Amino acid sequence: MNKKTAHELKTLLNKKEISATEIVKSVYDQIEKYEDAVSAYVTLTKKHALAQAKEVDEGKRTGPLAGIPIAIKDNMCTKGTLTTCSSKILNNYIPPYNATIIDKLDQAGAIMIGKTNLDEFAMGSSTENSGIKTTRNPWNLDCVPGGSSGGSAAAVAADETILAVGSDTGGSIRQPASFCGIVGMKPTYGRISRYGLVAFASSLDQIGPMTKDVRDCALLLNIIAGYEEKDSTSAKIEVPDYTKSLVADDIKGITIGVIAELMGKGVDKLTKEATEKAIKLLESKGAKIKKVSLPHLKYSVATYYLIAPAEASSNLGRYDGVKYGLRSKETKDLITMYKNTRAEGFGPEVKRRILLGTYALSAGYYDAYYLKALKVRTLIKQDFEKAFGECEVLLSPTCPSPAFRVGEKANDPLSMYLSDISTIPVNLAGLPAISVPCEIIHNLPIGLQIIGKAFDEETILKVAFTYEQNTGWHKEKPKIL
Amino acid sequence: MTSKYETVIGLEIHAQLSTESKMFCSCSTKFGAEPNTNICEVCTGQPGALPKTNKKAIELAIKTGLALNCKIEPYSVFARKNYFYPDLPKAYQISQFDLPIITGGYLEIEVEGKKKKIKLTRIHLEEDAGKLVHKGAERIMGSEESLVDYNRGGTPLMEIVTEPDIRSPLEAKIFMEDLAHLLQYLGVCDAKMEQGSLRCDANISIRPVGQKELGTRSELKNMNSFRFVQMGLTAEVARHTELKESGEKIIQETRYFDTKTHETKSMRSKEEAHDYRYFPEPDLITVEPDKEWIEEIKTTITELPEKKKERYTKEYGLSDQAAETLISTKELSDYFESCLKIEKKPKEITNWILGDITAYLKAKNLNIKDINLPPGEVIELIKLIEKGTISGKIAKEVIVKTLNTGKTIKDIVSESGSTQISNEDELQKIVEEAIKNSPKQVEQYKSGKKAIIGYLVGQVMKASKGRANPGLANKLLKQQLD
Ligand SMILES: [Zn+2]
Repeated sequence: MNKKTAHELKTLLNKKEISATEIVKSVYDQIEKYEDAVSAYVTLTKKHALAQAKEVDEGKRTGPLAGIPIAIKDNMCTKGTLTTCSSKILNNYIPPYNATIIDKLDQAGAIMIGKTNLDEFAMGSSTENSGIKTTRNPWNLDCVPGGSSGGSAAAVAADETILAVGSDTGGSIRQPASFCGIVGMKPTYGRISRYGLVAFASSLDQIGPMTKDVRDCALLLNIIAGYEEKDSTSAKIEVPDYTKSLVADDIKGITIGVIAELMGKGVDKLTKEATEKAIKLLESKGAKIKKVSLPHLKYSVATYYLIAPAEASSNLGRYDGVKYGLRSKETKDLITMYKNTRAEGFGPEVKRRILLGTYALSAGYYDAYYLKALKVRTLIKQDFEKAFGECEVLLSPTCPSPAFRVGEKANDPLSMYLSDISTIPVNLAGLPAISVPCEIIHNLPIGLQIIGKAFDEETILKVAFTYEQNTGWHKEKPKIL
Repeated sequence: MTSKYETVIGLEIHAQLSTESKMFCSCSTKFGAEPNTNICEVCTGQPGALPKTNKKAIELAIKTGLALNCKIEPYSVFARKNYFYPDLPKAYQISQFDLPIITGGYLEIEVEGKKKKIKLTRIHLEEDAGKLVHKGAERIMGSEESLVDYNRGGTPLMEIVTEPDIRSPLEAKIFMEDLAHLLQYLGVCDAKMEQGSLRCDANISIRPVGQKELGTRSELKNMNSFRFVQMGLTAEVARHTELKESGEKIIQETRYFDTKTHETKSMRSKEEAHDYRYFPEPDLITVEPDKEWIEEIKTTITELPEKKKERYTKEYGLSDQAAETLISTKELSDYFESCLKIEKKPKEITNWILGDITAYLKAKNLNIKDINLPPGEVIELIKLIEKGTISGKIAKEVIVKTLNTGKTIKDIVSESGSTQISNEDELQKIVEEAIKNSPKQVEQYKSGKKAIIGYLVGQVMKASKGRANPGLANKLLKQQLD
């Protein structure tokens, strides 16, 4: 039962062929079996989940996602439930409030299974930076699941949940979705309220669905999208019914731009071939294919690693041992409390980025680094705008290569950073993009990235759905299962 | 001190805005609540919480800008000012940096009979920090323990920065008084320096008269009353002058005014100054007030103090001094005008407000807004005197009793039986009694010393416990004696 998608389970629930309790139990059975190997979760909320499932079965808990299990990345605040961001500094933090997305999912009747592992404060591409544990890729337990939403991706791939949500600052939904062979979408910046999402880089962070297929993605997006007053950066733009975009082969005449810069050097040969095959397929369904060039993309990783750490250095200042979370036992006075708490609480990657960001914002360096980065960000945005002048969607591999091995890049942050070249520009431009499973290479899945115009999630869903329905990669399961 | 040097002062003023809720969340700004009760996830810096700009605060800043002849910027940006301190829960203060909401403008003040414009650099919005309480020391360093109350955290502040246009401590004091006054009138801030709702820091330097470039400045803090602004700056001018005269170097530093010793003391030098790493607040959108809204705000600006004073003297014929006193606080002039609305008797109303009511307030250390005397009661009192129901002297007692008890004027008058005796028959008896008891004076009157009638009237007043209508008593006495 846990192998099914949300829309399949919804149908079965509606027909009363199964109960929500059965679904939830099957998910926890799967967790029981595989979690030791996969390590997707930081916290499980079984008691509460079973109680909610019972409510669904008694008709007391209703809504479009009633009875459907969902895993939540552990950087979204859940009232009364530990929210760690996979950091030692928040190892005892129980939020006094719910993130907006949690309230929305609750109102829709969804059932939270647990909180999933991530790279500490979402900084990383493998979950190896988690201060709690490293999640493994269900397709190959020696490989990383990607990150930072690696826990959510692995949980979906291992059928340890039905749905999941992640957050994406530079590819943190799409890259693990690609590595784990699932669907992951980063909606337009402003599409979903960030209220209660623990900030990494505020101008780039966005919550999004991580699911087993495109239909589930649309279903979940319907619930979580929309303006909210509490997030000033959320957009007052009407939310369509995304499931209406799920018409296969309805892409005749759509112009798809293939980003030249993301298909060249650095892209693994098999990944490139798989992407070209996908392009051919879409062309055969009536799409017009166009090669486009975005000349400033080559600066996007550098730009990102100034803007994101700068914002992070400020966002993470609040973890000071004063109000909540870890407080070092070695405190003689205020200054030692600050220093020791942060020294003990943060992992090396977080410290690296705080230092980087603090430096970039410092007097005398601000203009040369941060301000310059903002200017390049504008140029990258303009590149996309230009490309969207002639295309409806843009296309690239989600990642230049399939999942790497645990430890392979852990000591080489720069090569880790560079592997996000295809996903990062999308965050800098604030655009929506989806990763859908595309081929399996040496028993590891890869993803196809489809990027859309701002607030046009509908078109990327349509293209993704067409691709998915014509290939069936999403139905492949890891061998361990 | 001779005027060999010229003093140059610029002020940085923080005004707590009179909004119901905080700058970036909906918590109450009410003062005096139990510690950490007016708080939420936003103003305590919980992970994931986001700020939401209080529109009312923007409105009040714009209102201030309009009243001070400033430019309302069509585009302004909130920025983060980063530093660590336990009273700052996010480790950054949301403030404004290079793009403030208001720029330019001036306030005209009058110093020793001369008018002078003090130019403003900018006005911007920011949030206040929480409050720390220390045990065992005055500061966090060395304290046994320190507690923090976030009730004040996130309260809207408006920072007003002047150009270095101020040339003496007295000018600074007058500027602060006039500004406070204006802010009160606008309803933007209650502007009480002693309570901290209006705070003032000063940048101060001296230079030889005629020199163009500025001398090395110091920043002076902790001047928490208008008087202390003048005293603190006077002390600092003296210190600068002394250093200069003795050939010593003035160092750029932050100092505070010790209100006990009346000296200024060093807090930190420039080398210890923070790098706040300002950058645009990514959680908030830019502030872009549209023209219609600004026009709408313009209409909410009521008559400002100077205009009011002019109207009081010209229209109501009040003296300069009386008008000045009435406008000295918005509450007082509001009270005056509420009375006036009921009955247009400006002079009588002024006499009561500035006379007996003010005396009562002073004695009890109260504010006009704290007393229980509705404006209608003042008019009631004036009318009772006019009708002759009570005498002016009785009225003075009545108003004090009313103020003390909270009862109405009417009740006090009827309870104490202090209505004036204007009934001839009733008074006749008392008059006859007075004549009987004063044979000597009656003799004198009859022998032509008519002025002695005053004494007899006095006797009648005494016997009636002040209730006799003196005019009527006079008339009846004359009837009897002539
Ligand atoms: Zn609050």
